[in-house]
Amino acid sequence: MKNIKNIIVAVFTCLSSTLVTGQLTGDILITNGTVITIEDGVLEDTDVLIRDGKIKQIGEGLSFSNIETIDAEGMYVMPGIIDAHSHVGLDAVNEATNPVTAEVNVGDALNPYDIGLYRALAGGVTISHAMHGSANAIGGQCETIKHRWGVLNPEDWRMKDAPRTIKFALGENPMRVHGERNDVAPRTRMGMEQEFRRSFAAAKEYKAAKDRSAKDSKAQSPDYSLRLETLADILDGKIIIHCHSYRADEIIMLMDVLSDYGVDKICFQHVNEGFKVAPELAEFGAQASVFSDWWAYKFEVYYSTAYNAAILTRNGVVTSINSDSRELIRHLYHEAAKTQRYGDLTDNEALRLITLNPAIQLGIDKRVGSLKVGKEGDIAIFSHHPLSIYATPLYTIVDGRVRFDREKDAADVRVDVDPETEIPAFYESSLHNHEEEGCMQGVHHNHHSH
Amino acid sequence: MKAILYPLILLFTITSLGISQQISKGQQGRFLISNATIHTVSDGDIKGDILIDGNTILAVGPALTDETAVRIDGTDKHIYPGFVDSGCRIGLAEISSVSLTQDYNELGTYTPHMEALTAVNPNSVHIPITRVNGVTTAFTYPSGGLFPGKGALIHMQGYTPEQMSAGFQGHLLNWPSSGRRHRWDKRSDEEIKKDQQKAQKKLKEFWQSVSAYAKMDNPTGYKPQLSTLSEVANGNAKLLVEVNKKEDIINAIKWVQDNKVDAIFTGVSEGWRVADSLAKYEIPVITGPILDNPSRDSDRYDAPYTNAGKMMAAGVLVAIRTNESENVRNLPFNAAFAANYGMGVDQAIKAITINPARMFGVDDQIGSIEEGKLANLFVCDGDPFEMKTRITHLFINGYNIPMENRQTYLYDEFLDRDSGNKIKN
Repeated sequence: MKNIKNIIVAVFTCLSSTLVTGQLTGDILITNGTVITIEDGVLEDTDVLIRDGKIKQIGEGLSFSNIETIDAEGMYVMPGIIDAHSHVGLDAVNEATNPVTAEVNVGDALNPYDIGLYRALAGGVTISHAMHGSANAIGGQCETIKHRWGVLNPEDWRMKDAPRTIKFALGENPMRVHGERNDVAPRTRMGMEQEFRRSFAAAKEYKAAKDRSAKDSKAQSPDYSLRLETLADILDGKIIIHCHSYRADEIIMLMDVLSDYGVDKICFQHVNEGFKVAPELAEFGAQASVFSDWWAYKFEVYYSTAYNAAILTRNGVVTSINSDSRELIRHLYHEAAKTQRYGDLTDNEALRLITLNPAIQLGIDKRVGSLKVGKEGDIAIFSHHPLSIYATPLYTIVDGRVRFDREKDAADVRVDVDPETEIPAFYESSLHNHEEEGCMQGVHHNHHSH
Repeated sequence: MKAILYPLILLFTITSLGISQQISKGQQGRFLISNATIHTVSDGDIKGDILIDGNTILAVGPALTDETAVRIDGTDKHIYPGFVDSGCRIGLAEISSVSLTQDYNELGTYTPHMEALTAVNPNSVHIPITRVNGVTTAFTYPSGGLFPGKGALIHMQGYTPEQMSAGFQGHLLNWPSSGRRHRWDKRSDEEIKKDQQKAQKKLKEFWQSVSAYAKMDNPTGYKPQLSTLSEVANGNAKLLVEVNKKEDIINAIKWVQDNKVDAIFTGVSEGWRVADSLAKYEIPVITGPILDNPSRDSDRYDAPYTNAGKMMAAGVLVAIRTNESENVRNLPFNAAFAANYGMGVDQAIKAITINPARMFGVDDQIGSIEEGKLANLFVCDGDPFEMKTRITHLFINGYNIPMENRQTYLYDEFLDRDSGNKIKN
């Protein structure tokens, strides 16, 4: 009997989701809020009008007939939070079979049913950078996704026309997976450098061979290789590199290699020792996406400091704070606030770390990351100032559609209720600590030492 | 010549290390903190002064005077009792991925004779990093197996484990779970059930041995596993039972009733589903982390935030833990999330001060600001839960602890780093 009821519920849930949320963009008017624009200051008692998914007007006393309205009096309205490093919503994270796997793309394995996506929304996060893991020196391509909970077609989760990005990784993870476990280089940070040089050299030759055959019909064209095509696109500046990294020396190494190949689009991820080479990062124009306070989960992050984001910011490095975790992604506003305890960042500097700066790092800052007329209607609304510990996310809006509403939140929001299972699985631990759940997902099958 | 040079080099190395790497010494003495808002926890908030002498709070009240004390101006400042993390691994784990720096997980199913206090590293880099956020005391505990050993309540100050000890050690039991370990636990439902039944059987048989041993008048032979737990079987010591899933909590309540065990439940992530039972049987609960994911996909996203408040409302004595290795410093923010999601600030403060002190039987020494208690307290310029608030002074065991650690040193060194040695190519 219960099974039948569950099936009905499941079918109904699916149907209603499609019906209600099939539309990707919407209209909404938010009135009388304290509007934190990020680029144009904080505006009291201000309205924001979104039409057809785009911010149409920001000002006082706006009105529009027959439109869904949120009275935000006493509330704080800010741009939707952007997480530059996440693995939520991915069915596969690590293609850990080779030190170089530029050909794969995690966007081919999006999972719109992942409950973690809704929980991210409930923390005000509207966009995340769904990344390949850190098992390989050159990992797979990543996908920038919009959190359209309830939309079931994975294609509709992609942020259309967002720039392509790819995952690189330095240090312990690729050294352990390939060098230690499989006896394949790289096993050292010296070997790491050569992986990049070898790969870029191959891509350069591939490009040259293609050029020759294009100009000269007698010249043989190279065998098609998606791996080399992708690497060539990196050399051509068509793909932004996001590189898992920790130590100062390896950060410098990669910048040197990139200089030799004329590549300049790079955002270092985690980059716990970025603060030690902040002037060099700034000079190169490299960006940094960091944890607020994670450290000591492995040796290469033992000499970290929670002041990393503040030091990088003060040295002129475009910095963001990311989650790399199903848990941290639920409260990135709190993670950003930690830079006020550890380094005295101003309110706006702290909030930029989870809005405009990650947007810049993903190449989507013309579209999102601040509240400006013409930008996309991605908004998070809080009960208190978002950097206060008492801030509760109340509404999260993606392209003008309310995707999270605390008042109307149903306890069980799953869209893939399994009629076979009467009681959903219970997890003793969310294992939110560190890389087993994030970057190294799918690599540690036999190693759950936590 | 060489013979002279070496001691000189050594001396120089030691001196320079002393400047750049070691934390400055804390000092005990007589301190008068004046004109502050004192959040006593036990007796409301009062405006006044605190006099510290040696390791003790000598006096609390308005307009105290003392000729000899070092004066600390508390104007516009707030004073709180030191926060207590009632469950973590501080001092037992230095670097999570380096197994030889982990001392919390001994081999074996029955290792109740393992004592955390033996392996607490007083020089762990984690300790100064943790205490500057107001966490003065922590229950650090081993894990793994059925009976992992004894956890120890320690202060974040001291040169030896004995000096750090806060006077409580607690036996631990990992209740056999009928749930999945985590999201990536690939066992089938049948395998989980089998594993759980096997563990349940082991618990039953082992506890029979413990009980039998405890009743013996003159036990002979070296049986450390049994002898250490005798005090629990005889009702003279507490047992901390790690249990999370609703059904398991219900079974664990029955077990502690049947065996007349003086228990504290820990974890208790689904306590909100059985809060009335926990209250009815007067089982104190140590829960956390609060900053966690729900334990089932079907649960409301804020279930971990609201759990502590719901149990408290039902009448359960609740303490909050981080269950952390590296970031025990986030204890205040875990409590703050509980406060914000139903518990309220005052109760959340109690959950990291007087409540754990009561559970551990050390409320005559810590957990509130009262005359005669240990001088474990901190001074700050606002709400201690808010990130912007600065903690300006910290006392542990009466020691005036410097507000510095390796992470602040790195900040000082690298915020405005020299551009470095320019290399000419």
